[in-house]
Amino acid sequence: MALVELRGVSKIYHLGGEEIRALDNVSLDIEPGEFISIIGPSGSGKSTLMHILGCLDTPTRGTITLDGVMVQDASPRQLAAMRNRKIGFVFQFFNLLPKLNVVQNVELPMIYSGVSGRERREKAMAALEAVDLVNRAKHRPSQLSGGQQQRAAIARALVNSPRIVFADEPTGNLDSHTGEAILGLFRRLSTEGRTIVLVTHDPEIAAVTPRRIEIRDGRIAQHVDLTLAGLDRPPRPGFVAEPGTAAPPAS
Amino acid sequence: MNLLNTIIAGFKEVWAQKFRSLLTMLGIVLGVASLVGMSAIIKGMENGMKEAMIAMGGADKVLLEQQDVPPEQEHLADQAPGRTMADVEALRHGAPLVRVVSPEMQVNGLMASRGEKRTWPSEAVGVWPAVLDMNLHTLEHGRFFTELDEENAHAVCVIGTSIRDELFGNPEEVGREIIPLGEIIYLNRQPFTIVGMFQRYESEEDRKRREYEARQPKQAQAGPERARGWGRRGNWAFERKNRTLYMPLNTAWVRFRAASGQDGIPDPRLSDIDIKVASLDLLQPSLQQARNVLFMTHRGIEDFGFRTQENQLDSINQQIRNARMSGGFIAAISLLVGGIGIMNIMLASINERIRQIGICKAVGATGGAIFTQILIESVVISLIGAVLGIAASFGLVQVLAYISPTSNAPVITPFALAVAVAFSGAVGVFAGLFPAVKAARLNPIQALRYE
Repeated sequence: MALVELRGVSKIYHLGGEEIRALDNVSLDIEPGEFISIIGPSGSGKSTLMHILGCLDTPTRGTITLDGVMVQDASPRQLAAMRNRKIGFVFQFFNLLPKLNVVQNVELPMIYSGVSGRERREKAMAALEAVDLVNRAKHRPSQLSGGQQQRAAIARALVNSPRIVFADEPTGNLDSHTGEAILGLFRRLSTEGRTIVLVTHDPEIAAVTPRRIEIRDGRIAQHVDLTLAGLDRPPRPGFVAEPGTAAPPAS
Repeated sequence: MNLLNTIIAGFKEVWAQKFRSLLTMLGIVLGVASLVGMSAIIKGMENGMKEAMIAMGGADKVLLEQQDVPPEQEHLADQAPGRTMADVEALRHGAPLVRVVSPEMQVNGLMASRGEKRTWPSEAVGVWPAVLDMNLHTLEHGRFFTELDEENAHAVCVIGTSIRDELFGNPEEVGREIIPLGEIIYLNRQPFTIVGMFQRYESEEDRKRREYEARQPKQAQAGPERARGWGRRGNWAFERKNRTLYMPLNTAWVRFRAASGQDGIPDPRLSDIDIKVASLDLLQPSLQQARNVLFMTHRGIEDFGFRTQENQLDSINQQIRNARMSGGFIAAISLLVGGIGIMNIMLASINERIRQIGICKAVGATGGAIFTQILIESVVISLIGAVLGIAASFGLVQVLAYISPTSNAPVITPFALAVAVAFSGAVGVFAGLFPAVKAARLNPIQALRYE
């Protein structure tokens, strides 16, 4: 069974009597351990898709199963619990709390899951270790460079050992060199067995992932899956799968 | 998220905005200070009133009054015996619920004189030693009357300090306290020996004024010393008590009353019988018992009644209640204003933190956790305000005592403190509710996008 199963998901907004389909009948499976990118221009619905996948939002229609739990009808409280324990977020603008230092920021998800103080500190330091930021643990976010802030945010996303990590334009606010380093970090985490979903508008960034889903006008326009062919590395030109034919990847 | 962490986070948030938080608290500080200060002043007032009440003999003193007979006994009116020693003896032996019986025989218009000096006691009364207990007198010098004095109608008297002041000299003017034991004074031209003197009774207010005046340097005054007049005498209840002159009951009877009366027949009636009941809880049964006994001695003629101090107590309590009401109203309004200030600042504060709230929600904060956090922040502000307000109220009381040194000292009661803290806590909760609900309901996606 897939880690995430999306079946016929639609998200419909009503804006002044006009119906806007941000997502239109999208079906998608994500397997554990996958490194996948969702790509599309702004307004394509990729953010809506990520919000629904990330339990920040619920679909208007369709079902979504995350780690065996049906979440399309979940209450806000249950969604919060899912976000807390099973999902990690990395944002374009880092979104660290400015008044807390780095390690406190990393501890934040554990505060809401009721982990004791000492265990929290230990786990947070371990997560900082994983992103190589232990020496900045006591600094405020404002005292860090963009790349360091993003690494702190990644540590925060990982600290509760989530089943899946969503990164929304994680390099969008970084220079290309630092962006490379962050992407390298994601790649490394992927090889360690994390499930990572990269949301971006930039095909070059999406190129680091073996599986790519292109969203256009709320539908999956293109689905590239190199893992099917065992081509788990940068794509070659011309290899394109048929849209909407996502099959379980070979294990 | 456990409560302690939330409270610590609340404190941090308040500390991070020190100046703003302080300004926000100001309303609560003022509210609490006025609440506690007001109740302290009222408590001081209450103490003063209770003091006066005790000076008049305490709450358990009951006056046995002479009354007109009821209409159905009109034809017996001329046989009404009035209050006599027979009643006193009957009550002493027949009414066990009556603890003290004090007969009094007033000598009307009695003048006390010594040489050229003369004075008119507020009450010149023949009494039993029971009167000490009845009117809560404290004998400071000498002795009270013995059975021998009573039996032989000795010409002895015990005086209050104001009588001494008038006849012998005021300690403040003479410079030393005169204790006139063994001195002879004349009561209606009959020589009496002073055998005892009471302590000086004064209210806390009067004592403070006297001490305050003693501290002030004496002002040079031209010409003869002027009379000070009644206006400066302080509380009448205490002054009246200081102008008491007591003599043995039998003395009053033999030396004053026996020679007066209509047609040469002396009037055996007492001017007063005061009783004290064993316990205020048993006031009504005790009075019923006394009434039964008195019906025997009065042969069923109801020419007497009881007057308890309940009316007095009621009026004191009524005054206190009124003062409390108005004071509480003012304090409640300022606490309310303080609460509105807190609500205002909490709304501003969550507006500033919409994005942070979004982050917290994205990493798994439930609406409840956000709600609790905002609410606790608000309560923390109000409770810190309450603590500061209590500190301020202690200062306020000091200032009050300084600017009016002669009034009853304000008393801060633990109850007032508890009420103030509870009230401001409630205001904090109330003020935090709306912002907290607003924050908890934020949509995480929109909150994250908020700039």
